Amino acid sequence: MPVDIPTVKKIASLARIAITEEEAARIAPELDNIMGWIEQLSEVDTTGVAPMTAVIPNHLRLRDDVVTDGAVRDAVLANAPQAEHGFFTVPKVIE
Amino acid sequence: MTELTNLGVAAIRDGVRDGSFSAREVAEAFVSNVAQAKTLNAFLVETPDHALAAADAADAARAAGETLKPLAGVPIGMKDLFCTRGVPATAGSLILEGFTPPYESTVSGKLWAAGAGMLGKLNMDQFAMGSSNETSAFGNVISPWRRNDGGNAALTPGGSSGGSSAAIAARLCPAATGTDTGGSIRQPAAFTGIAGIKPTYGRCSRWGVVAFASSLDQAGPMARDVRDCAIMLENMAGFDPKDATSLQLDVPQWEAGLSGDLKGKRIGIPKEYRVDNMPAEIDALWQQGIAWLKDAGAEIVEVSLPHTKYALPAYYIIAPAEASSNLARYDGVRYGLRDLPEGAGLQDMYAATRAAGFGPEVKRRIMIGTYVLSAGFYDAYFTQASKIRTLIARDFDRAWESCDLLLTPTAPSAAFALGDKSADPLAMYLNDVFTVPSSLAGLPAMSVPGGVDAGGLPLGLQIIGKALDEQGVLNAGLALEQRAGFTARAKAWW
Repeated sequence: MPVDIPTVKKIASLARIAITEEEAARIAPELDNIMGWIEQLSEVDTTGVAPMTAVIPNHLRLRDDVVTDGAVRDAVLANAPQAEHGFFTVPKVIE
Repeated sequence: MTELTNLGVAAIRDGVRDGSFSAREVAEAFVSNVAQAKTLNAFLVETPDHALAAADAADAARAAGETLKPLAGVPIGMKDLFCTRGVPATAGSLILEGFTPPYESTVSGKLWAAGAGMLGKLNMDQFAMGSSNETSAFGNVISPWRRNDGGNAALTPGGSSGGSSAAIAARLCPAATGTDTGGSIRQPAAFTGIAGIKPTYGRCSRWGVVAFASSLDQAGPMARDVRDCAIMLENMAGFDPKDATSLQLDVPQWEAGLSGDLKGKRIGIPKEYRVDNMPAEIDALWQQGIAWLKDAGAEIVEVSLPHTKYALPAYYIIAPAEASSNLARYDGVRYGLRDLPEGAGLQDMYAATRAAGFGPEVKRRIMIGTYVLSAGFYDAYFTQASKIRTLIARDFDRAWESCDLLLTPTAPSAAFALGDKSADPLAMYLNDVFTVPSSLAGLPAMSVPGGVDAGGLPLGLQIIGKALDEQGVLNAGLALEQRAGFTARAKAWW
């Protein structure tokens, strides 16, 4: 299925990446070329094959339900582009 | 006295321990080399104080008669994908501009606990997405190597760990950390005439390492020889409760276990790796590698990995899918860049920030990932790729019925010139054809220098092992190294 300009705009919107018309026009044939190459995977018969979920057998560990971290609010907020009164701040969200 | 910057990890460790020179002298020599090599653009941040402080601690420990730590007096480079406390980390991207981690990655923390010091943070492909170091937002790393044709074409040091490979080859550090998602340790090692090993998935903690594709990302060492890689890996690996995929196993003593005697070992030669258009020199080196391993006592067997040709396209679904999810965290709210256009709302701020902060290759991969995970396509792409990944892992399992290790070339060419492939993403992706299958299967794999091509550029040989058999991989690497006698090095022009 060809990746066209409307598709690129939709993907970019889903990925929250602003793109211009020119960028969409440039990216569409690139992605179309890559997806066309990837298309060869459809020729592999995978009937009855389980999708890989873990490359190395491992088991999920449980840990005691205790606090192991925290009380570092100011250190965390120090990296925020904008923080006030101990919170991350964002532009006003109008419903 | 031997120039200190020509020494590797083992020689520095032993020399400091024996008092042949002080750790301070070593650190100062490397700090000076780093400061003089800015043309290579290998370092994003230089941290001489860190290296010197670790050196002074090593010297003080020796003066006090204490037993020295395993990496006492060894200054190293740190790929900028690892968070180190108090030092800016960018992962090669503008979107992390201004981010200073208030914490230490498990791997870097282990290295400091072992006595190593940090010379600086190393340049890399943006978010480790690239095979030539041309996707860094902070400029290309230039390989110290040049072709012997008299031209001065700037060559790629490989990628994504290209700052690491260039720095080691140029004697700016004796060893460095790398990370490998689809070949990012092995390919740059091959391109610069050094050694590098990607251990079994789960050996090294991913905690504090900026995530690209979490089911594939693995840290590993890069250094000038196999022994130095073994020493580094021993001090990077180990169980970490903070990483859910970390393997709860003891770290073997890989250095003590080194042996180039391969008697009783069977080495598989996968016929599917004989790809079209493979340069004759790569094939010749592969044949030479086979002869070297035979000489070391190994038996050579031909094996088949029938799904090899599907590994790259499967990788280019799985890795971008995971990346699109992992990189959703860069939202301009909690750390890094924020682009807030006049009057913009929250959604516009996200989109503007990500448009301004991510480079073209990162955007490309996020968009591929978003596409293959989107409604209606998930099964056709992501589930199918995950099933093919199972088949690829099964291919290796079947090969292990008739062999213990595999020998292949590391990359399908020597280092290419910067700019040669950057306009064609697909041509760039194909560079990882020999390294991606073992990544998809989570297996340990290593590149060691085998020789040079007609242009005088290094070529690497790759050893792939069974899960957890880093020792077997290192030993075969050592057998190759002992016979290759690789001494070529880049002549200083920088």
